[in-house]
Amino acid sequence: MSKILIRGAKVLGGEAQDVLIDGEIIAETGTGLSAEGAQVIEAGGQVLLPGLVDLHTHLREPGREDSETVLTGTRAAASGGYTAVFAMANTFPVADTAGVVEQVYRLGKEAGYCDVQPIGAVTVGLEGKKLAELGAMHDSAAGVTVFSDDGKCVDDAVIMRRALEYVKAFGGVIAQHAQEPRLTEGAQMNEGVVSAELGLGGWPAVAEESIIARDVLLAEHVGSRVHICHLSTAGSVEIVRWAKSRGIDVTAEVTPHHLLLTDELVRSYNPVYKVNPPLRTERDVMALREALADGTIDIVATDHAPHPHEDKDCEWAAAAMGMVGLETALSVVQQTMVETGLLDWAGVADRMSVTPARIGGAKGHGRPVSAGEPANLTLVDPAYRGVVNPADFASRSRNTPYEGRELPGRVTHTFLRGRATLVDGKLA
Amino acid sequence: MMRHLISAADLTRDDAVLILDTAEEMARVADRPIKKLPTLRGRTICNLFFEDSTRTRISFEAAEKRLSADVINFAAKGSSVSKGESLKDTAQTLEAMGVDAVVIRHSASGAPYRLATSGWIDAPVINAGDGTHQHPTQALLDAFTMRRRLVGRDAGLGQDLSGKRITLVGDVLHSRVARSNVDLLHTLGAEVTLVAPPTLVPVGVEHWPCEVSYDLDGVLPKSDAVMMLRVQRERMNAAFFPTEREYSRRYGLDGLRMAKMPDHAIVMHPGPMVRGMEITAEVADSDRCTVVEQVANGVSIRMAVLYLLLGGSEPAATNARTEEN
Repeated sequence: MSKILIRGAKVLGGEAQDVLIDGEIIAETGTGLSAEGAQVIEAGGQVLLPGLVDLHTHLREPGREDSETVLTGTRAAASGGYTAVFAMANTFPVADTAGVVEQVYRLGKEAGYCDVQPIGAVTVGLEGKKLAELGAMHDSAAGVTVFSDDGKCVDDAVIMRRALEYVKAFGGVIAQHAQEPRLTEGAQMNEGVVSAELGLGGWPAVAEESIIARDVLLAEHVGSRVHICHLSTAGSVEIVRWAKSRGIDVTAEVTPHHLLLTDELVRSYNPVYKVNPPLRTERDVMALREALADGTIDIVATDHAPHPHEDKDCEWAAAAMGMVGLETALSVVQQTMVETGLLDWAGVADRMSVTPARIGGAKGHGRPVSAGEPANLTLVDPAYRGVVNPADFASRSRNTPYEGRELPGRVTHTFLRGRATLVDGKLA
Repeated sequence: MMRHLISAADLTRDDAVLILDTAEEMARVADRPIKKLPTLRGRTICNLFFEDSTRTRISFEAAEKRLSADVINFAAKGSSVSKGESLKDTAQTLEAMGVDAVVIRHSASGAPYRLATSGWIDAPVINAGDGTHQHPTQALLDAFTMRRRLVGRDAGLGQDLSGKRITLVGDVLHSRVARSNVDLLHTLGAEVTLVAPPTLVPVGVEHWPCEVSYDLDGVLPKSDAVMMLRVQRERMNAAFFPTEREYSRRYGLDGLRMAKMPDHAIVMHPGPMVRGMEITAEVADSDRCTVVEQVANGVSIRMAVLYLLLGGSEPAATNARTEEN
């Protein structure tokens, strides 16, 4: 059956209407649409959004298939309402050649749960020394447009400048992991009141802010486009706000966990809260929420970072950094942004689908929910309340900071070009 | 009493005074020809040292043996942060062997807390120093030394350190001794001042219950005790201060500086001392310097902690003495 009628859905949170999917596209929207020949999904006032797009996902394949594979990661993505994810380049081998990005791209196609757009490394082996073959990765079947050494900062100002300049030739963007390496040697958590007490190495806000300041100035100087990964401090917000007011072509992302969690949680010494950049303070969290609401921060990106149990079930200093996020992102955004009145659902659609798709150049994603558009859609039940149980995750890893926490909202259906990848909360 | 001893900050004033008073009882044992109590007979205690520390390990071992416990020493030397599984696996191995308490020293801040709270092990956990976080028995033995010297050996029983002015000098940033002492001395009513170059004071220190000064000479006349902290020579290469000599000139304790202290004031050091840089031989060897007493008091304090965590509610030394005789 190729026709699906979604009946009574609040499109972007507006008035309830019907949406008819025919094949890969949205055929019609309106009220009282005919269900003839169509499978009917009673939305009952659930919110219909364009399929979510994650500009920052770690799929771990190739190399760390014990943490995640393209298949398990994209199943997690579909569970979380995503129809496209950008896979970070810090795999083993690093995605710094056309061969590796094409492999990831092909695995995504084969898995079929969402579109996988590989991100290419900026430098060979993420070593920050020599530009990777950015053009070849762009020209490959994967069509890479986003480049990042994520996990490491491109800290050499000359390499960063050259990368920004070079990708202008094909409309690329450099996504920077802003972390001044010398200021963060031995860093284990946010530097501040809590780190002083716990005796854990501090990751100062200025280590992020100084790189962002440098990079927006570089982007201005060479007339290029820069994207700031997982921005985490109130000071970073001020710099991006200033840069935008000056007309610099900068975009920025925030993770769900930085919108909700603070470094106070590190008092438990539980490595599930160990992440890079680290959880910051309440003041930072509030500044990030406001910045996401007013558009200073453009998008939400998960930084989904799966790790196997043994890499977290140990003492803090020995633990891996990162947390999974694809399956809880929308719930966290609902709690921190929608239920606080900072964003409406149209705003959520913009920050989690439309704008990430535009920044990354994900064709067919982040499109309006209207006739003739690709049927990449996500249906959300905002009234749902549930306690997070990692055992339910489709991700191969369970390193969530939300275990046992009640979060609102639940993705019930996800459609990738008209085909359901998630039905009633279960993977299809 | 609590089940574990992880941080000096977890101790209430009454807990801390109870430990100090119990340590006075234990200290009497050390004055006897046979320095042994049967209190922990049949109990097995493991000293789990992931980081070298001969002094602390020997101190705990002496305390355990004086309480008649069976002692297992486990030295997991090697990489500074050994791979995580080894802590968990080692803990579970000890648990399976029926260990009654674990004394742990680890280079990672929070490792003892993880051990005590992750369900890896049921036995009481005593922190013998973790990373740059805490070293609670060190703080207790320091407080014990101060109470004996500044309040009095018998007069001190039941007392805290109310109104005493204590100055800690040196590498506060990397010092678990400083963190533990600030917490405990504040709980015991003392006024604490930290003195260090600004590079060796942690960001966030303004929330600690103490004062911070960069001027040692200004603080000395108002100090009842001055505790010098160890400064590692490698800090110099990381630009925390320009040269050893400059550090010594501004923050070292020599005879001239010691003369600025009130007559009753004492000089303390957790050891090992770097003579010539942080403290001159003249000061270290003076009778105002309590370094050797601190070592002796460490055994009494560790006996008290082990007894209170493991021995339960029975009297410590008093009744035991009749049994022994």
